[in-house]
Amino acid sequence: MARIRVRQAIASALSDAMREDESVLIFGEDIAAAEGPFKTSEGLLAEFGPLRVRDTPISEMGFVGAAVGAAAVGMRPVAEIMFMEFLGVALDQLVTEAAKFRYLSNGRVGVPLVVRASVGSGLGFGTQHSQTLENWLGATPGLKVAVPSDAQTAYGLLRSAIRDPDPVVVLEPRVLYAERGECVTGDAGIVPLGVARVPREGDALTVVALGQTVRAALAAAERIDAGIEVIDLSTVTPWDRETVLASVAKTGRLVTVEEAPASGGWGAEIVATVTTAAFRSLQAPPFRITAPDVPVPYNKALEARFSPGIGEIEHQLTTYLRTGEVPDPWWLREGVAA
Amino acid sequence: MTLVRSGDHVARREALADPVARYERMYEIRRFEERVNDLFAQGLIHGTTHLCAGQEALDVSLALELRATDIVTATYRGHGIALALGMPATDVLAEIMGKADGCTGGVGGSMHLCEPDVGLLPTFAIVGAGLPVAAGAALAFQTRGEDRVAVAVFGDGAANIGAFHEALNLAAVWKLPVVFVCDNNVYAEYSRIDLTTPLTDLHRRAGSYDIPGVPVDGMDVDATRAVLREAVSRARAGEGPTLVEAKTYRFAGHSRADQATYRPEGELERWRERDPLVLARAALVAGGAATEDDLAGLEKAVDEDLDAVAEAVAAGPDPTPAAMFRNIWAVAA
Repeated sequence: MARIRVRQAIASALSDAMREDESVLIFGEDIAAAEGPFKTSEGLLAEFGPLRVRDTPISEMGFVGAAVGAAAVGMRPVAEIMFMEFLGVALDQLVTEAAKFRYLSNGRVGVPLVVRASVGSGLGFGTQHSQTLENWLGATPGLKVAVPSDAQTAYGLLRSAIRDPDPVVVLEPRVLYAERGECVTGDAGIVPLGVARVPREGDALTVVALGQTVRAALAAAERIDAGIEVIDLSTVTPWDRETVLASVAKTGRLVTVEEAPASGGWGAEIVATVTTAAFRSLQAPPFRITAPDVPVPYNKALEARFSPGIGEIEHQLTTYLRTGEVPDPWWLREGVAA
Repeated sequence: MTLVRSGDHVARREALADPVARYERMYEIRRFEERVNDLFAQGLIHGTTHLCAGQEALDVSLALELRATDIVTATYRGHGIALALGMPATDVLAEIMGKADGCTGGVGGSMHLCEPDVGLLPTFAIVGAGLPVAAGAALAFQTRGEDRVAVAVFGDGAANIGAFHEALNLAAVWKLPVVFVCDNNVYAEYSRIDLTTPLTDLHRRAGSYDIPGVPVDGMDVDATRAVLREAVSRARAGEGPTLVEAKTYRFAGHSRADQATYRPEGELERWRERDPLVLARAALVAGGAATEDDLAGLEKAVDEDLDAVAEAVAAGPDPTPAAMFRNIWAVAA
């Protein structure tokens, strides 16, 4: 099994999908001749040519809309949004058009498009280029939202997204693009949508993480090593209730770890669902570790505190396991914010 | 339920080759909209509607110049284009009335009509949203080497939303087989075009994208047809997009709630003299294609059909609650 970078895993997923299915085409800003601002489309123009690999103008509304139209007549377009925030100007096409066509055609017009976007904090791109925004999309019936956490899931979730008959958004944590990991390609490497992974098993505490918080949660769990089970949610919508509920039935404790600000996050949905459906198996109150309700700051030290890091997660989980009580987040402990 | 003029989609479409049938369809659209207005007044239609009286010539010309395999993105003012493309009045009215037999099964309503068999994608209730989608369908045709064409029909209001610019630019730079058809009916919602738009001859926008921009009298079915024919053949031949501006007039208000009291005095009356139905009818009689009696008989038959359609649709079943849970994903999550 090869150890490759996440960006290479993405390029492999795209090229394997394009070889497998002639209806797959990709477009986005600077993805063809320049092979992608993050090099996630390396070699694709050379192999598949300018009809199937296209550079677009800076027109997210235009080219996401074009993906809707191409998908509605039988193509499987993959549109790349360079930074997640740029999807803001194209949200209508994704949320109000793509996600509704099946409903508004009595099931006769599906929109099998994929929108890929780089997301998240950690590289100093500043407030307008560092959000994850999965919670904007996750609340939209008709859209699926997947977030890889390593090379294998970057490859496998993207392959599933391209094969899926419905619109799927794949949010790729930008900070992971250069990370290396083992990656099986081909059919064996496909990771299904809607199924959470369990990269670390344990029986004392369930930690549900997503995207770049998966590796932080895994590292914190290694340091504590007290029967912590780490679940990589992988798909935000529809999320895998079965795996999470089965884990909590075993551990009796639940913590979610989110890179996004607290308000309206997917962790709230999971905590609410588990509290309702598995109330009697809980031995302690479930809680969420999140970013604070602030924009992503630029200063390197401040940015590093935005997304829950290994130290913060370790502190929170250790305190929770020791006391059975929900610890305060760092900004309350340190008295820097109310 | 089988009605004489319902028939199958393709037959309804092909019938338009006959000029008398074109008039008949235009008349059907006009009477259909009047019927919708009446049903609304009777409390039998829920929500809102956007009537298309005044744009019948454009809708019918477009249907005539396209093949059933071509793709159309249209708008919430879409009853006429749906009927013109070949959807039977029963399918359209049933959807407007939220019935189980409507084209989306009653979950869409007046603004959301769809019939893939005639190339009509779900109509767009967001101004301008259909333009990039039409460009995308054209991108698919170009990529696969098919001689199919996509058409976006939109109002003058859509010319001021970003999607217009992005779609025309994208289509021009990629030379996509798409025709952008602007139905310039003078009003964007409640606002006259000159209050919102410095350049009211919208076809001139085409110059910004280095594509042809062609104005046409959208009240004249033959003139409109000729311009669309040229634009569609150009697209089909791989020569790229055209912006067609059909000059029409919206006889109704923007939506159900709008009595259009903002119109300048005499404007509606002046445009009424150029009503596309009046012009088409006079041309048929003058050219000897039909007599007054022929047309009166045909109109009576359409009226009777629509009576029967309205009665049958009103008596049709409502969707069951299960309908709202279907077709969100291909396979239920």
